[in-house]
Amino acid sequence: MNLKDKKVILHDMSLRDGMHAKRHQISLDQMVAVATGLDEAGMPLIEVTHGDGLGGTSVNYGFPAHSDEEYLSAVIPKMKNAKVSALLLPGIGTVDHLRMAKDLGVSTIRVAAHCTEADVTEQHIGLAAKLELDTVGFLMMAHMASPEKIVEQARLMESYGANCIYCTDSAGYMLPDEVTEKIGLLRAELNPNTEIGFHGHHNMGMAVANSLAAIDAGAIRIDGSVAGLGAGAGNTPLEVLVATLVRLEADHGIDLYKIMDVAEDLVVPMMDQPIRVDRDALTLGYAGVYSSFLLFAKRAEAKYGIQARDLLVELGRRGTVGGQEDMIEDLALTMAKEKGLI
Amino acid sequence: MSKKLKAVIIGPGNIGTDLLMKMKRSEWIEPVWMVGIDPESDGLTRAREMGIKTTADGVDGLLPHVLEDDIRVAFDATSAYVHAENSRKLNELGVIMIDLTPAAIGPFCVPPVNLVQHAKELEMNVNMVTCGGQATIPMVAAVSQVQPVEYGEIIATVSSKSAGPGTRKNIDEFTRTTASAVEKVGGAKKGKAIIIINPAEPPLLMRDTVHCLTEGEPDQAAITESVHAMVKEVQKYVPGYRLVNGPVFDGNRVSMFMEVEGLGDYLPKYSGNLDIMTAAGLRTAEMFAEETNSGNITLPARG
Repeated sequence: MNLKDKKVILHDMSLRDGMHAKRHQISLDQMVAVATGLDEAGMPLIEVTHGDGLGGTSVNYGFPAHSDEEYLSAVIPKMKNAKVSALLLPGIGTVDHLRMAKDLGVSTIRVAAHCTEADVTEQHIGLAAKLELDTVGFLMMAHMASPEKIVEQARLMESYGANCIYCTDSAGYMLPDEVTEKIGLLRAELNPNTEIGFHGHHNMGMAVANSLAAIDAGAIRIDGSVAGLGAGAGNTPLEVLVATLVRLEADHGIDLYKIMDVAEDLVVPMMDQPIRVDRDALTLGYAGVYSSFLLFAKRAEAKYGIQARDLLVELGRRGTVGGQEDMIEDLALTMAKEKGLI
Repeated sequence: MSKKLKAVIIGPGNIGTDLLMKMKRSEWIEPVWMVGIDPESDGLTRAREMGIKTTADGVDGLLPHVLEDDIRVAFDATSAYVHAENSRKLNELGVIMIDLTPAAIGPFCVPPVNLVQHAKELEMNVNMVTCGGQATIPMVAAVSQVQPVEYGEIIATVSSKSAGPGTRKNIDEFTRTTASAVEKVGGAKKGKAIIIINPAEPPLLMRDTVHCLTEGEPDQAAITESVHAMVKEVQKYVPGYRLVNGPVFDGNRVSMFMEVEGLGDYLPKYSGNLDIMTAAGLRTAEMFAEETNSGNITLPARG
């Protein structure tokens, strides 16, 4: 693999995807400390919101320690070079949230949809582009559709005004060949000015390898998370990815030791549980299930006595998509009834 | 004189056609006209084959026939953009408008919760909220009838095949309108709505989750009884409306997990989300007819 001098724009997820692993309870001080450390390490983009994006505050996904407004208002003024992005899932957040984020100084809006349902993003991508924000279309659970389908959906987002399209491995299911094929086809078929991005999860232990495969196939933006803090077995651990990029002499602009120190000194001590490939996180990747289901399944196991692994496998079999967290308790209740536990 | 009220359906798409098939079985509503804008459309052809008068000239093509055919009820299954004009023109002629679009000019109507009141007050335009609203607001109301609900949240999951281009293009309208009706009709002090579109094959049945946070400890026995009674009320017009799990209680959280199977008239059974809209719309018109027949309300006078 020759990535020498290849331009890579890294995007940190620890303060957004990491919210899943923290049950959305990261404090304002922690957010500011981590974001400041990342800024100093040279991280160009940092995502900040509820784990489920703007407006994600709910019974279904969890009430956060602070509102999106409070987090964004605390972090953005402290940034010297880093830009702050916000995620928006149509069906959960609305254009009102988008305008609020823009007013608070967010520079990048990432509009996410399930990989076959891109046409729900027209309003939001259209407005973000009109407001001259860096506008990203984020195709989630991309392992569930063919490369051709991903390209078709990416073209829709491109036509609404997105200047960057992500292939998002929300379940941490993909192996490197699939990443190569999907990113390669996107790069070949989309407008040459449209940037391609990849977002990995580490549920099969593949996040770093997948991210390198994505860069090699034409992706320029790579999501990861310092210390891997994120849903499931976490996102691509950024300090590890940066070390590989240093050795491959790619053009990434990050200070390796500084990002290692942010991981070790700031993020690891914040963790409520180790972020690792335990059997339930592995099941997410193995069965192709949305990574943020992990803690919900563990809680359902504790409450109803049905193994999280059994719940996750069944949710994968049923083809659940991102956002269907409500299915977990529903399924646990049904399985507990069948087993005579309740 | 027949007790049935004569009706027009505006918009011969999936919803309009399904509505027509249900209306053919109604004891209270008689479908007479189908209004479209494309003479070649499948929907108008289907309506003609079912013995219904049609016009492809929009609502203006219908207006000359409203009085002579004694049209009393209109169902608008077009879009929010044209609804206001359709409603104004038909209300002027004394036609009650059942709004199946997200326009929401008139008050929200969720039949088992507030239809009786709307019928008694002879509201000339009622809005049927959204599919997610019809499926979930009865549950929020069932809880808030027992004790105050601080916060009501609904999550509607529909199959990709049953989510039409209108819903997709303006998905914010769904979340806003539904959340607003969770408050205004459901009785929650604050409402939130989430919609998820799932592309699994075969398509999944519409499913809905309702979470209520009550003020104070929930009265489990009374809420459980109220929820079961409300499910029976909805089942009167949507037989495939089912409480799969719940109510479950966790602190002050009360959660209900629902599934909605359609009748499979014109729309497939999995599209319970569309079925519950057409069924609720028809139920609403039937209530106006019943109230008229029993002399509780008097329709606008005609010469």
